[in-house]
Amino acid sequence: MRKLGLACLLAALCLGGGLGEASAQADDFSGLAGPQFEEMSASITALAAHGGPQGDAALQALEDRHLFSGADGALFIHDGAVCQNARTGEAASCPEDLKPVRLNNRIRTVLAGAHALRELSSAEPDVRLKAAQALYARHDMTMLPALEQAMSTEKVPRVHEKLMQAHAATVLAQAPAEGTQATRLKAVGYLAEVGGLEARGLLANVAASAVEAPEVRHAAQRAVSRIDWHLRVWSVLQNAFYGLSYGSVLLLAATGLAITFGVMGVINMAHGEMMMIGAYVTWLVQQGIRMTVPALEPIAILIAIPVAFVVCGGIGVVIERSLIRFLYGRPLETLLATWGLSLVLQQVIRSVFGPTNIAVQTPAWLSGSLMVGGLDITLNRLAILVFAGLVLAGLMFVLRRTTLGLQMRAVTQNRRMAALMGIRTPKVDALAFGLGAGLAGLAGVAVSQIDNVSPNLGQSYIIDSFMVVVFGGVGNLWGTLAAAMALGMGGKVLEPTIGAVSAKIAILVLVIVYIQRHPRGMFPVRGRGIES
Amino acid sequence: MNAFSGQSVRSFKSVVWTAGLVLGLAVVLAVASLLPENSPFHVSAFAVSLAGKYLAYAMLALSVDLVWGFAGILTLGHAAFFGLGGYAMGMYLMREIGARGAYGDASLPDFMVFLSWKRLPWYWWGTDHFAWAMLLVLVVPALLAGIFGWLAFRSRVSGVYLSIITQALTYALMLAFFQNGFGFGGNNGLTDFKDILGADLHRPATRAVLLVVTGGALAAGLLASRFIVGSRFGNLLVAVRDSENRTRFLGYRPDQVKLLVWVFSAMLAAIGGALYVIQVGIINPGEFAPANSIEAVIWVAVGGRGTLSGAVLGAILVNFGKTLFTAWLPEFWLYGLGLLFIGTTLFLPSGLMGLWRPVRAAPPEEITPEVSAPEGEHS
Repeated sequence: MRKLGLACLLAALCLGGGLGEASAQADDFSGLAGPQFEEMSASITALAAHGGPQGDAALQALEDRHLFSGADGALFIHDGAVCQNARTGEAASCPEDLKPVRLNNRIRTVLAGAHALRELSSAEPDVRLKAAQALYARHDMTMLPALEQAMSTEKVPRVHEKLMQAHAATVLAQAPAEGTQATRLKAVGYLAEVGGLEARGLLANVAASAVEAPEVRHAAQRAVSRIDWHLRVWSVLQNAFYGLSYGSVLLLAATGLAITFGVMGVINMAHGEMMMIGAYVTWLVQQGIRMTVPALEPIAILIAIPVAFVVCGGIGVVIERSLIRFLYGRPLETLLATWGLSLVLQQVIRSVFGPTNIAVQTPAWLSGSLMVGGLDITLNRLAILVFAGLVLAGLMFVLRRTTLGLQMRAVTQNRRMAALMGIRTPKVDALAFGLGAGLAGLAGVAVSQIDNVSPNLGQSYIIDSFMVVVFGGVGNLWGTLAAAMALGMGGKVLEPTIGAVSAKIAILVLVIVYIQRHPRGMFPVRGRGIES
Repeated sequence: MNAFSGQSVRSFKSVVWTAGLVLGLAVVLAVASLLPENSPFHVSAFAVSLAGKYLAYAMLALSVDLVWGFAGILTLGHAAFFGLGGYAMGMYLMREIGARGAYGDASLPDFMVFLSWKRLPWYWWGTDHFAWAMLLVLVVPALLAGIFGWLAFRSRVSGVYLSIITQALTYALMLAFFQNGFGFGGNNGLTDFKDILGADLHRPATRAVLLVVTGGALAAGLLASRFIVGSRFGNLLVAVRDSENRTRFLGYRPDQVKLLVWVFSAMLAAIGGALYVIQVGIINPGEFAPANSIEAVIWVAVGGRGTLSGAVLGAILVNFGKTLFTAWLPEFWLYGLGLLFIGTTLFLPSGLMGLWRPVRAAPPEEITPEVSAPEGEHS
């Protein structure tokens, strides 16, 4: 069908060309120079319908503002470098006194319609799909014949479906007339299937219309409530995804905190700053790779992961050896000292890199999003979710299957007994602190992909991370996981109903109340000592 | 923790001296500010308000010292009570503006007119009466502290856990007060105060009186705290601090002991906050920032934890240093503060007051391992 139609079109063109080329085309083009709206619009419509390649070029030039009018109706396409005659496509020397053809909003509307029409007859299915999409959003009734024509010839199912939607939307956008009731009812049914905000808007208009036939109106009302329900389900799912994503960031941030707290009874207030340093390391790695081996740029983020872990872990070991170990047995003082350390680290970064945000690149393979039904899953958040899972699995492995893990668990459970069994607790302390700081560095790499990287980055995560640790309890990674996801999901699920800030307050209050009931978190490590 | 247990509880003679010194200093500064400007002893209005600010901070430090130094509760959220007291006072000062605000509305503060509210929210009722506002200054923080403390101490939330949730408390308050709909001026807070009890806040005489009042309040707070820690109840406090479980096994109720001192401390902080707002002329949600609470703890640590005079000394010294630093080398203040935290905890565990009385310095640590590291044994 399509080929046949094109063939007909071609034949007509050839025929026209054979008969009286100059006169016929002069008619189509002559209105283009304006400034009369009717003439221009007629010209555009005519060219779009059967203007041939030259007509397409002229319309495109008009859209791009490359069309100029000369004396006595001559038209030129001049794109800054090459000049050609708009009617014939032949290269020409442009006269000096060319005037650009001006566009106003009405002409732009006509032009957009013409554009869609040209694209509807394109040989590329993707181009046709885009055109149908545009027409669906425009629901311009003058396009109805063109849409019907295109529907009858379309072979590719997805394009056909989109054309049907565009058709239904266009039908409903018109005022109801005698005898159109069946068509409109069908259109309502069709749009109800399609769903989405666009369709909902159209259907709501129909449902509220006073001149609409009652059956159509009722059908539209039912359709609107059905779409609303669907939208609500999708938005709950979307929020659940955001919650999972935030929960995974919290998980990354809190695991390190939980480990140092579990092993040493120390809350490291500089933990957020370790995350911040991890994010800055990511930036440095990206810059370094761009300058030395640009070919590796897309995977710079992957290279940054081990680098951030090692850098932050190293800083952690240094902190433990130079500061924390002197405060052994005084956890509250450690809290103050590490807070002081966090101030110093923030200021160091501020002095070196400046107080403003730095731009950490997101590689192309992490940008964009997947649409799953009505769910918009951004790739970077998905990647962080996966990354958090991998980190948790790796940590489980370290804690359960390695000597260091065994020693750390022993020290967590009973420090003095572990020491008596020959475990060198100072070494375990240093490594545990290093591991915690390294995990914070990994969290920093992840956060650099979704949040602003500035010297204040750590502070915005630290309180939430604390909440996760005290909520989940110490010495149990499952507790950290459960707490991170509960807090992440809880916040995001409450957000749409009571607002972001109130949700945050509600979560904080809930955790405070929960801690009163369960002073050692959800999964406390139980012992027989009075202090435990 | 037992770094402090060797110290006699009743050795607080210096507190009376400190109280007298604080009050005397406030009076001298106040009088000097009223001298004619060409007098060599004249003190500028700026210095007076600065001194008032320091003294208000000293009250906050005193309240932190009471709970941290004597009951072993490391609070990272005392700014919550300081801020609430400040807001209660700010509400009264806001109502005093009356029709002189930018919108000229006699009953509604400017920010409510701006948000096109029609009526005063119920919690603003009666705040145009000074006495009611003063009651709010004391009662609201005391209620919050009472509920929070009752829940926390009864379920034996202690150590780092308690510290973290006190921080969450003040953080939640900060977020709440940042919201416009909460009814306390949102981001901008309460400001542009005109007068208090009919006295113009910008007149030097008013400011001088306020400084003396602040000095008096601080002195009274010091004496009251000394009375508390010097009493039998004070002994009990120290017992709870040094070994809560032993105290419990001896038949006392550590939760009630802690709750009492906690609520008293909150009220002290609230009075400090109220005095702070009058003299600084603004209260905004930034006062609730967790960082502020932690800073108050370092004042106490610098001065000397468990010594009431030390808290006052530390607050005044650190804030004086902050004023100088931020004027001369603003970008180095955070280094200074950070190193102060680290240096104090590492090298000066009993603060400046510990230097003062080296003879009474703490006995070496870990004589009795059972109590030397209670929080270290989370197992």
